[in-house]
Amino acid sequence: MNPLVTFKVALQALGRNKMRSSLTMLGIIIGVGAVIAMVGIGQGASASIQSQIANLGNNMLYVWSGSTNQGGMRGGMGSATTLTAEDVDAMERECPSVSASTPAVSVRGAQLVFGNQNWVASSGIVGTNQKFPDIRAWPVASGEFFAESDVRTGARVCVIGKTVADNLFQGVDPVGQTLRIRNLPFRILGTLSAKGQSQFGQDQDDTVIVPYTTAQKKMLTITWVHYAMISAVSPTATFTAERQITELLRQRHKLTINQDNDFTVRNLTDVAEAADQSSRIMINLLASIAGVSLLVGGIGIMNIMLVSVTERTREIGIRMSIGARSKVIRSQFLIESVTLSAVGGLIGVFVGIGAAIIISKTLNWPTLISPISIFVAVIFSMLVGIVFGYYPARKAASLDPIDALRYE
Amino acid sequence: MVSVLRWEAVHGGNRNAGRREPPVTRRLARPASQRVNQDLEAQIITDHNRDLDPLIGPPLISLDHIHKVYHMGDVEIHALRGVSLQIDRGEFIAIMGASGSGKSTTMNIIGCLDRPTRGHYFLENQDVSKLSRDELADIRNRKIGFVFQGFNLLARTSALENVELPMLYMGVKAKERTERGKEALEIVGLSSRLNNMPNQLSGGQQQRVAIARALVNRPSIILADEPTGNLDSRTSVEVMDVFQQLNRDRGITIALVTHEPDIAQYARRVIVFKDGRIKDDRRVGEPRSAAEELARMPLIDDDDEEFEE
Repeated sequence: MNPLVTFKVALQALGRNKMRSSLTMLGIIIGVGAVIAMVGIGQGASASIQSQIANLGNNMLYVWSGSTNQGGMRGGMGSATTLTAEDVDAMERECPSVSASTPAVSVRGAQLVFGNQNWVASSGIVGTNQKFPDIRAWPVASGEFFAESDVRTGARVCVIGKTVADNLFQGVDPVGQTLRIRNLPFRILGTLSAKGQSQFGQDQDDTVIVPYTTAQKKMLTITWVHYAMISAVSPTATFTAERQITELLRQRHKLTINQDNDFTVRNLTDVAEAADQSSRIMINLLASIAGVSLLVGGIGIMNIMLVSVTERTREIGIRMSIGARSKVIRSQFLIESVTLSAVGGLIGVFVGIGAAIIISKTLNWPTLISPISIFVAVIFSMLVGIVFGYYPARKAASLDPIDALRYE
Repeated sequence: MVSVLRWEAVHGGNRNAGRREPPVTRRLARPASQRVNQDLEAQIITDHNRDLDPLIGPPLISLDHIHKVYHMGDVEIHALRGVSLQIDRGEFIAIMGASGSGKSTTMNIIGCLDRPTRGHYFLENQDVSKLSRDELADIRNRKIGFVFQGFNLLARTSALENVELPMLYMGVKAKERTERGKEALEIVGLSSRLNNMPNQLSGGQQQRVAIARALVNRPSIILADEPTGNLDSRTSVEVMDVFQQLNRDRGITIALVTHEPDIAQYARRVIVFKDGRIKDDRRVGEPRSAAEELARMPLIDDDDEEFEE
């Protein structure tokens, strides 16, 4: 018999029992909806973690100079005087996996004064070169960043973070104003866009960026730098960049094989991967919980189909006496269950998307619906229909027509 | 109209020589009159001449020493103990017998719902006693029409859809299905009830839908199992009238199982079963005419009585 006709017969049979059909579908609707919504929440969380990591900078690495060790007193990271601006330039020049680098000089506890307001930036004053916005993925919001010439000449110019701008310049456009840092006047070239909190809860916007040469010569009078910020050419290149930088610095610092590194390279990909790993575990957890509900929905379908076979024994007998082959009966019941689960799955997709949207609106959780999860949920729900519909369908097909006709 | 012609080709053209051709009357309620007697004579002649006359050919149905044994645990139940029976095209047979006499088992075997334990069953010269389940299903679909005591219509399915069902399994195209379905319902006088659900039809109407369903695939034989068992006496006569007309006007072979001697008298041949054997097989000299009896009955239009149960 034409499969299309069997399909039609199955649809008719479902249509004649609308209440039962929709109740059966409900199990699958909830199952698939749960999968879509749960995975959506998991992926949304994962994506927001990813974006926070991307927020740290473009494929970033940090190189910290090592600790000083003078007569047993160790000065902590960044206290060694061995890392220089030339080292940092050499990294960009000589390491193929490094796309950009900037020396960083940090000045802490400096008082900022504008007019009758004063402020101490919690994230301190950082001296960098002109590549800072690119490396940190941190563009200016207004005005402009300082240029290479400012770095070369050690100009007294600065760019301020949003928190500083908000606190010192209430209602005044800070661009072009003069900010006094440690009583030295600095011209404000621009303001940075808001970056928010760092991973460690620090307000990254509470900062002032100056040319590192200015910080070295006019504020700290040092020749070395505290650390370097480096951007690798790609996310996967961070590990090769780390290796290349380590080799280069050991060579430049003339370290023998027996000597430890006098610097530390920190790769933010590690952080990213750890975060990614944890969010993936969360997705899997949510998906498996939702999968259980889909399984329960499938068992629901099997229950209803089994009841349906018993309840419709007479109908099966009639169909058989009229000339339906066993295979046709089996196909009819199988198509019924697959239709229930597939239509339930499709409705479930919409329910799931709706639930995800409601969750993200009311609880303010980010959700992300991926086409793959929709595809997988629908395919899986159809599989549920086949697997759990097969046994009842086979039972229906194996009925004896005489017994089935006599069934009350 | 094409399908009507094809019907005649199957049920008229192939008929044995020496038998009358059916008049192509569509509408019901024609008095039977002397035709019945002529038929009976013709029938008797064919019985005598079968072996001699090559034009008559083999019977439609031939049961040859059929045995049926059921196993209920350790107990063997002999439902049929060597039944031999021949049914010709165009016959109208009533099968009678007490319950447990083997009449239902015989009907199930004739209807290809069951297979004999021993013996052979030839339907249109084909031995169907050893066919597989699926092959039997195909034979039921094409050659046998069933009418049951409890009507056995699909619930929540319109009269027309119920009638179309056998054609669905045969693979008839949708347009032709509708056409033939309407035609069959017209034959049983239900053209105005095409879209009614079974629960919107009276018992008699439901049984007529079932008859339309049984005849829609142009079967070799219609098997009716206690078709009037659930009906009141007037409706029973109406249903028997439908059967008699189908048999008389269209030459359709009919076998019905009944335990009511009254009903059996509408048939032209009565077979009585007892203890798994045929006890009696005789012609009815003067079958009752349902049409004539209906004409004498006070007029109640069945078509207006709905929800009669």
